[in-house]
Amino acid sequence: MDFYLTALLQGLCFSALALGIYISMKIFNIPDITTDGSYTLGAVITAILIKHSQPTYVILISVVLAGGLAGALTGIIHTKLKINALLAGILVMTALYSVNISLMGTSNLPLINVPSLFTLINISANLNYNTFWILSVFVIVITLIIGYLLKTDFGISMRATGNSESMIRSLGVNTDRMKITGLALANALTAVSGYLVSQQQGFTDISMGIGIVIIGLGSVIIAETLIKWLKITSIWLSLVLVLGGAIIFQFVLAITLDIGVNPNLLKIVTAVFVLLIVSLPRISFKGNQND
Amino acid sequence: MIDINNVNKIFNAGQPNQVNAVNGVDLHIKNEDFLVIVGANGSGKTTLLNMVAGSVFPSSGTIYVDGENVTKQPDYRRSRSIARVFQNPMSGTASDLSILDNFRLASIRTKRKGLSIGVNDTFKNQVKEKISTLGLGLENKIEQPMGTLSGGQRQALTLLMSVMDSCKVLLLDEPTAALDPRSADIVMRTAEELIRDYRLTSILITHNLKDAFNYGNRIILMGEGKIVKDLEKDQKSALKQTDLYDWFG
Repeated sequence: MDFYLTALLQGLCFSALALGIYISMKIFNIPDITTDGSYTLGAVITAILIKHSQPTYVILISVVLAGGLAGALTGIIHTKLKINALLAGILVMTALYSVNISLMGTSNLPLINVPSLFTLINISANLNYNTFWILSVFVIVITLIIGYLLKTDFGISMRATGNSESMIRSLGVNTDRMKITGLALANALTAVSGYLVSQQQGFTDISMGIGIVIIGLGSVIIAETLIKWLKITSIWLSLVLVLGGAIIFQFVLAITLDIGVNPNLLKIVTAVFVLLIVSLPRISFKGNQND
Repeated sequence: MIDINNVNKIFNAGQPNQVNAVNGVDLHIKNEDFLVIVGANGSGKTTLLNMVAGSVFPSSGTIYVDGENVTKQPDYRRSRSIARVFQNPMSGTASDLSILDNFRLASIRTKRKGLSIGVNDTFKNQVKEKISTLGLGLENKIEQPMGTLSGGQRQALTLLMSVMDSCKVLLLDEPTAALDPRSADIVMRTAEELIRDYRLTSILITHNLKDAFNYGNRIILMGEGKIVKDLEKDQKSALKQTDLYDWFG
């Protein structure tokens, strides 16, 4: 059972990442893969600052700022230099690898027996339960902030930017600046996932971000499939489904491992699972291909 | 209100596919004028309109709107005084957003989009009231995504959205080109009403010569990036519809 609890905890840790991908991919319509780099960046900064005994809120603020900076950089390259968003993301992600390894000075930093976000308050004697409660509150707060943001005038402009650029420009919004802000926000959230995961698993590794974008994409795609099936238009429900997507995704991986699939095959299982989720609606509605 | 001084626009300058879209146009539009622009495809009408809106910058020449030099000002800054309706209904509204959210954005066109929630009951009622003036029965659908409406309904709403915030200039780029005759009629009549009620200065580009005849108090014909004909108020009212057809003959 502990195995599945860990999956749940990981799902919660990754929900910030999923929200980040939701913002870049669904709200702004930009395929952003700065993610791999900004996620590790968040974890690296967390590890270094924990080693320097900084309070957890200082660490969180630093992580948000660093992730935001990485995202803003991708946004600036994309909008100001008119470079394809995918390439802009790859460039920043590649550069971040060097930044991360230089910052850390080593490829792995263990964080055992150090105070972290999850030892901040003692709700339960069991560390896993304690982590669960703190994580839940943390994720709920983030979701409330993002949900509120998307409801504000600023948030409506954000949503319109990805939807009809000509319209929102004619309504007085600088879409370049809006995209830069959006990518900054998305990557700040991604970095927060790195912050959470490094503390939850007790180490930061330079390669922990490789292919992490698929977790966010998978979660968002699960959510999107449900949103389409259930014809949901509410922002709040959409965000909850994105969180659900992140947790379902980790459970699928946990079940895969539990039934004895070779861990080396985990990535192919991930890929096939995401493919399945994407293609499922198309397979079941074969009748109207023009849809 | 709008002064266009010796404006040129050259696309792909110096290359084999160079296009001189607009050639030395001088055009002065008075306050509360309703100017109709007609002309064949490629005559430079839309380029000229886009330069007034700010989505295309002139290669040379200057543009003044309401006394302010806006020649190099981007479209999102000019939107403080200029509202637009596009040819494609998709361009003027956001499909995935609700009608209400679309109207919220329109109502703060000239203001900051801040971190407060502006969609409240007062605002909802205000939007409902506005929309009911169209008589299309859309006032009870304001929570629906804009994408569920027809092109005609969307164009009519786009027009209404343009006067949700202070507006001096209204640019209409073939607003009815994608619509059936009945919807087109509703949109054009709505446009005329709003232009009159809000005393807007407006420019209409159209290929529909009946509309060109029926609406506006000044008409120009463009050809090869130049103004070929320019008929002011009295001359336009003396114009017969058949004369217009002869222009294209």
